[in-house]
Amino acid sequence: MAFLVLPLAGLLIRAPWSTLPQRLAEPQVIEALRLSLVTASVATVVCLVLGVPLAWLLARTDFPGRRLLRALVTVPLVLPPVVGGVALLLVFGRRGLVGQWLESAFGFSLPFTTAGVVVAEAFVAMPFLVIAVEGALRAADPRYEEAAATLGASRFTVFRRVTLPLVAPGVLAGAVLCWARALGEFGATITFAGNFPGRTQTMPLAVYLALETEPEAAIVLSLVLLAVSVVILAGLRDRWVGAAA
Amino acid sequence: MLKRLSLIAAVASVFALGACGSSPADSGAARASAAPATSASAPAESELTVFAAASLTGTFTELGKQFEAAHPGSKVTFNFGSSATLAQQITQGAPADVFAAASPATMKTVADAGLAGAQTVFVRNKLEIAVPPDNPGKVENLKDLTDPKVKVALCAEQVPCGAAAIKALDAAGLKVTPVTLEQDVKATLTKVQLGEVDAALVYQTDVIASAGKVTGIPFPEADRAINDYPIAPLAKAPSPALAQQFVELVLSQQGRDVLTKAGFEAP
Repeated sequence: MAFLVLPLAGLLIRAPWSTLPQRLAEPQVIEALRLSLVTASVATVVCLVLGVPLAWLLARTDFPGRRLLRALVTVPLVLPPVVGGVALLLVFGRRGLVGQWLESAFGFSLPFTTAGVVVAEAFVAMPFLVIAVEGALRAADPRYEEAAATLGASRFTVFRRVTLPLVAPGVLAGAVLCWARALGEFGATITFAGNFPGRTQTMPLAVYLALETEPEAAIVLSLVLLAVSVVILAGLRDRWVGAAA
Repeated sequence: MLKRLSLIAAVASVFALGACGSSPADSGAARASAAPATSASAPAESELTVFAAASLTGTFTELGKQFEAAHPGSKVTFNFGSSATLAQQITQGAPADVFAAASPATMKTVADAGLAGAQTVFVRNKLEIAVPPDNPGKVENLKDLTDPKVKVALCAEQVPCGAAAIKALDAAGLKVTPVTLEQDVKATLTKVQLGEVDAALVYQTDVIASAGKVTGIPFPEADRAINDYPIAPLAKAPSPALAQQFVELVLSQQGRDVLTKAGFEAP
């Protein structure tokens, strides 16, 4: 416990409390914070849309290559995020496999855009969601779904009315983990989306660059990120996860 | 449990505060004793740790090999990165013997903390425009970078190559809106090599080092934003004798040959 809490205490002790209010009011800080919250939330929605069906496939169906697919899902977990960023560049970059085509067809390129930040964050954070949801699906009793099916419910109705409510706590826990991971994302973001204030400079990137010249500003930024995430996570837990569990 | 935790935190904080409070005095003492310690501890030293700017990666790796060959049994370890990051690591107590920075400002961070020995400017470096070999943005001079259709990567202003880029652009009276501000010069160069940007401002040495993968375009305003690279043995060096010898190698004719071959200019 001390191991987890002491670094936090270190931040609090070294924080420049006297200049804190004026540092917080700097537009760059607010901009980076806003960008971080928006991109992490959008990335979580993307992960939910793509990840829940994927988790369902992994937990409820059996097809050749399922084990391999599950192993592949966890790749972003073991991949150093910077490598993930390079991989994304090679695929979605201007000269990448998909990016090349995107650029010539739509004149649109992902790197150095806010959408690029969302892609990088979603790539790194999705395994957390998929693993949590898959675990919840495996723990849920499939007989409820079978009962609903025998009563004439279509497959989609069963999923929507029976399966989802059953695994809701798991989905929420996964979404929270996913959001937290996206919020703290650094390596893939700076590699794939670059660093530009207001467009791709999220809080972790701002912290890193502030550390180059002004360690005190970096401490303030870290505290802000920490405080905001603790407040949001604690709030969510009490309202939903706690109630549902 | 909670009580005990707060006690631990309190003790830890006392230690932390005590450590920062006493560091300037310590470093003064270490600096004073560095000279006599040099000869006494020389035989025991075998490991040398050099913190050097990212733009020195190629040349210093080569000089490290030459140093190891000339000092049998010694082992040189490098930590390459943005000078600003390295300066922070040194002031936070990283066990380094030598610091070679890409700007006097970052060396000053270390010197202000009382941690730098005698400083010498050993090379100078100039900016160049780097473009992919096929030059998709049709960039020919600095002014072309102001075209909004041209995607430009610069170093962040916190790191030396970014500070130099701003100085050069100011000297030319131009305003460039980059798509990204990278954390060090190698990251900036990588964006050009991958073809993700049409142009970037990097050092001419980086252009030479990545021969063939990017094309360099010199520009006259670069002369007004020349970076001096200072080197210094560090006051708290674990291997002060080796540190001194490495600095001497960098400043020697042999060292200068390696550096100028890579595109650095003599100070």
